[in-house]
Amino acid sequence: MTRYLTRRLAHAALLLLAVSVFSFALLQLAPGDFFAPLKLNPQISARTVEGLRAQYGLDRPWPVRYGHWLRGVFHGDLGPSFAYNSPVAPLLAVRARNTLLLTGTAMLWAWLIAIPLGIVSAVRRGKWSDRAGGVVTSALLTIPDLVLFLAILLLAVRSGWFPTGGMVSTAFGELSGRGRAMDIAYHLFLPALALAIATLPALVRHIRSAMIEVLQAPFIRAARAHGISEYRVLLRYALPVAANPLISLFGFSVATMLSASLLVEVILSWPGIGPLLLEAILAKDVYVVLGTVMLSSVFLVLGNLVADLLLFAVDPRIRMES
Amino acid sequence: MKVESNLNSGRTEPLLRVTGLSQQFVQRRTLSRSKFTVNAFSDVDLALFAGRTLALVGESGAGKSSLARCVALLDQPTAGKIELEGRDLLALGRKALIPIHGQIQMIFQDPTSAMNPSRSAGEIIAEPLVVQGEGTKAQRRERALHLMEQVGLDPRSEGKRPFEFSGGQRQRLAIARGLALGPRVLIFDEVLSNLDALNQSLILRLLADLQRSHSLAYLHVSHDLRLVSEFADDVALMCEGQIVEQQDARKLFESPKHSYTRDLLATVQSVDSILLERSA
Amino acid sequence: MRDCWARPVGDCLETLLAVKNLNVAYRSADGSTQVAVENASCEIGAGEVLGLMGESGCGKTSIALALLGLLGAEQAQVSGSIQFRGKELLTMGEREMREIRGSGISMVFQEPGIALNPVMRVREQVAEVIHAHKQMSWEKCQEEAQSALVRVGLPDTPRIFSAYPHQLSGGQRQRVTLAQALACEPALVIADEPTAAVDARSQQELLRLLQQLQREMGIAILMISHSAEVQARLADRLMVMERGRIVEQGRFEELYRRPSHPCTRAMLRAPMAADDAEELDFATVT
Repeated sequence: MTRYLTRRLAHAALLLLAVSVFSFALLQLAPGDFFAPLKLNPQISARTVEGLRAQYGLDRPWPVRYGHWLRGVFHGDLGPSFAYNSPVAPLLAVRARNTLLLTGTAMLWAWLIAIPLGIVSAVRRGKWSDRAGGVVTSALLTIPDLVLFLAILLLAVRSGWFPTGGMVSTAFGELSGRGRAMDIAYHLFLPALALAIATLPALVRHIRSAMIEVLQAPFIRAARAHGISEYRVLLRYALPVAANPLISLFGFSVATMLSASLLVEVILSWPGIGPLLLEAILAKDVYVVLGTVMLSSVFLVLGNLVADLLLFAVDPRIRMES
Repeated sequence: MKVESNLNSGRTEPLLRVTGLSQQFVQRRTLSRSKFTVNAFSDVDLALFAGRTLALVGESGAGKSSLARCVALLDQPTAGKIELEGRDLLALGRKALIPIHGQIQMIFQDPTSAMNPSRSAGEIIAEPLVVQGEGTKAQRRERALHLMEQVGLDPRSEGKRPFEFSGGQRQRLAIARGLALGPRVLIFDEVLSNLDALNQSLILRLLADLQRSHSLAYLHVSHDLRLVSEFADDVALMCEGQIVEQQDARKLFESPKHSYTRDLLATVQSVDSILLERSA
Repeated sequence: MRDCWARPVGDCLETLLAVKNLNVAYRSADGSTQVAVENASCEIGAGEVLGLMGESGCGKTSIALALLGLLGAEQAQVSGSIQFRGKELLTMGEREMREIRGSGISMVFQEPGIALNPVMRVREQVAEVIHAHKQMSWEKCQEEAQSALVRVGLPDTPRIFSAYPHQLSGGQRQRVTLAQALACEPALVIADEPTAAVDARSQQELLRLLQQLQREMGIAILMISHSAEVQARLADRLMVMERGRIVEQGRFEELYRRPSHPCTRAMLRAPMAADDAEELDFATVT
């Protein structure tokens, strides 16, 4: 087992290295850099701009800059953000935390709702409750996420029940500990709901089809023939076997935890990685972009690893192969 | 220990001869570095004669199917020779092997999974002809219909899909496909195992008829010794990848030499002897 | 019991199961129905073994499923009468039916490889059956499960009890399904081709085991098998089915020595001597 883990981690490290090189190189292809727009400003002399560029090492060839950056990574230094004039790492940490809060909540809600919904639709397959559910999920799938989020934003603006953006209110600093938690929750509700609604339909469908497939297996009929109650058949026989494809799905969810929320964050103004990345790309704040990409890649690798380990733990057939 | 094959005495040359055939698999345990070798079968000698059936018998896991697949040129053995009328088949290149594939055909245990469920019966039977580029479309159709009649299927059902046939009929369909290229050797891998007693008898009768009319050599893999006693001319017994006894069927059933053969024969009881046992 | 072997049911055995005019028709997606069983009638006495033979697709398994009430209304149309210990099964409520399944009438399925839960240990799978019918603690159920597994000839080792189905051989898996069926000491066991997926040696052992357990526990068996040798070993009486209809019924020996229906003749063919090729008469069957 330890050998397996070390091998996976070694692969992961190589992958991350390759991603970093590739991303860095790709970023250089875009013409200009962060300070390029400054040149258009007549009040700033060319020498000042050059000085700024030299200060950040932007005049060096990119492999050199990459090497410098890589060395920094091992010390926890992800480079400087030009726009914020501060190191990238703490900036990313805060934003990443906010994003994880959002996606974590949304994922929890989505899975908690999808599992019973999926099971019930599978059990009542063909009946009108299943068909009604099918219509709803189809509708939600066809509506573009953008439209969905804008609709929710509209709801917030018109009704005034929910804040229309941000993570905390202006009076945050003066609130007690409990007050602060409530404040964040109040702001979190709508974006999390929006994201949950966006990811729910696909989940329900996957769970439904995994359950339907398992319920047709001969061992389910055999269990019923032995007089085992339907409830137990579902929970002890069908669900554990259906879990197999769903675990892979879960791993994928974890993998995209940092990236899935980008649209929600931008539209509902949640201060996560999404808006940060968007700004940084437009402004060519290269080290921020690089840092974000690397962090997302780490999550991807982690998500896959989690899925594989879970499968190993849950399915004895996979465990026995080793 | 190699067993002397007493099949050659006083007969014509074998159509297909297998000498010293072995197959090994090297497997690596998942999540670890250690490797271990598995012998599918080792040092096998076989001889198939035109118009005769060699039954390959053994328990599940003995290596019969792996051996059958190698003889059918579907898998690569790790050592040994396969000769068709003296020609060394394993030494041939891919291109030279193409016509040879038509000479040796294999019929599988489960006809349902061996056929494309979205094709019609006629298309399935004609497929080998398409692959080898033989004949025009009309000629292929003719041949397919002719083959359907030969195996006892109604030619009018050529447009039906496999699932519309019964189990026994599907097996006949598979046999018709196997005959499409006019092979000299047919290899059957447990083709009777999924069938009920009635269909087993019917298929066996069909196979015997086909063997007589086309002078085919059969290699018939089966775990059912009782069935084997009905159709085999020669029997080769396999145990854990090796041939433990190989001789004329009659002689084998009358006086088995190897203890394994004797044990296996003891498990086959006739209905009469069972009834006798019960009333005792 | 041996004397009763010679006489038809009703003379000395209490009638355990009485099937009258059973009809099973499967519904297909386009609304049409396909008849699987037509007007079947039979009786099984307590402790008796009734063999059921026929070509695959002739309705054998459909009868078994109908007996256990496993055919839902959307799946098939079932009519007629099935009386078990005097109670009518076809009109019985689901809860009562569930009590009977596994403890009154139980089933041994074909192909144990797919009839067992792949991710549950075998002892637990047997324990589940016991737990469904007896009011016992889960630990007690597991203990009973262990004895059930030993009774069917599996070695009394933790390796076997805590094994998953894929770690056992075909013969061992079939014993596990047998243990499941016998765990609650049912009155009637339906065995659906119990030796079809097993190799020759294990087949003999399994049949001997079944014979022994049947005598010891006095259970009745509905033995579904297309093999004459299997029926010869266990069946007291035999039913032959062809395309959904029962074409011949009677004592096994009677049918074997003097078969009247061509299907019976075909299925119970005479023993093969190794050195003579038998001509099988099929002119009337196809």
